[in-house]
Amino acid sequence: MNRYSRHIILSDIGLEGQEKVSNTKVLVIGAGGLGCPVLQYLVAAGVGTIGIVDFDIVEESNLQRQILFGTSSLGENKAIAAKKRLQDLNPNVSLITYPEALTPKNALYLFKDYDIIVDGSDNFDTRYLVNDAAVICNKPFVYGAIYKFEGQVSVFNYKDGPTYRCLFPNPPSEGSVPNCSEIGVLGVLPGIIGAMQANEVLKMILGFKSVLSGKLYCYDAKTTNSYTLKVNKIPSEIEKVHNNKDAFEDQKFNIACNHSEDEIHAEKLLTMDNIMFIDVRETHEQPQLTLENCIQIPLGMLENRIDDIDKSNTNIVVCQSGIRSLKAVTILKEHNIHNCYSLKNGISSIMEQLKII
Amino acid sequence: MLLNIKYFGMLAEITNCNEETHEFSKTSVNELLAELFRKYPELEAKDFKVAQNHEIVSNDSNITAPEIALLPPFSGG
Repeated sequence: MNRYSRHIILSDIGLEGQEKVSNTKVLVIGAGGLGCPVLQYLVAAGVGTIGIVDFDIVEESNLQRQILFGTSSLGENKAIAAKKRLQDLNPNVSLITYPEALTPKNALYLFKDYDIIVDGSDNFDTRYLVNDAAVICNKPFVYGAIYKFEGQVSVFNYKDGPTYRCLFPNPPSEGSVPNCSEIGVLGVLPGIIGAMQANEVLKMILGFKSVLSGKLYCYDAKTTNSYTLKVNKIPSEIEKVHNNKDAFEDQKFNIACNHSEDEIHAEKLLTMDNIMFIDVRETHEQPQLTLENCIQIPLGMLENRIDDIDKSNTNIVVCQSGIRSLKAVTILKEHNIHNCYSLKNGISSIMEQLKII
Repeated sequence: MLLNIKYFGMLAEITNCNEETHEFSKTSVNELLAELFRKYPELEAKDFKVAQNHEIVSNDSNITAPEIALLPPFSGG
């Protein structure tokens, strides 16, 4: 227990408090700007079990703020790369990685095994999904969100308190808030906001009375001003989520980032000429795609190898499940390669078709 | 009443200030918003909540305190 001695000697924590920390299970959604400091402090504090959900991979532009990763993590899945660092930080913590996207299909199943959820996601789809799944599973969640130099923190759904939908009932209209694209952020800002989220997790575990529930804390890194607002519970908003429970898994949460025009179904490939497959998975991933018209460029290296891509072909980007490939298509389009599609549902959907092609 | 209005996030980029004073002689939040939309037409397309005296209020409530804040949702992480 020497590791936790600085906690234990605090009279407000003590051995009893530290044991509560060790017996708690926390699920962190997103191992990005917010998730990294949240994970770092919760693992250091000795939270017993921590789940990490992130489908994304580490890119060079993440390293300015996503402090669990280094140059050697580039191209790796964030949940898995975070675990590597965190295991060394504190081997006593049981770390469970979910290198996948949070979806209406898996959210309830994941949430039910944890005591507290932390929302470190970077889009409204996931934020509303976290809220609704937390309400349905009756779990408190710590909300944190950032915009350039400003951050917001709150604890929602805690001891019958307000939820995110009591503050913002519905996702904003499409395009009104910069969402999918990178708009820039001060690197230290998610460090501050994420550390505050970790603090709220510990306050709940330790039973402190002043949990940031029913309040929204706003912070401006440029001015160092903070502003705390009272958020009231709106029972009808919470009721709507409960009433929707049965349909939850069928809900479409992707209101803001509709990529359907960037995706292609496997069966369509049969009718196309001049196809070049770009496999953006890591080289060790199975099954291997052994085709003449296929090049392998792991997603983390794509930007540096743009010149390897022949614009005269129809480029079909492939990964394991169709998520990384979608991201790759966005990158390619940013580099003026427009004749490209992400293979919907990933490589498994073409293994059958490939026998024909 | 002389109001002090704070703007957060992308709203401050539209108004080009973090806060300003605004002389208001009408009654409701909606009426105040109509005045602000005339002054800053781009605000109307944005989603945000209004807080009065550090408490989120609905847009049909009456303005009773000089401290107003306009708060947009953030999605970044």
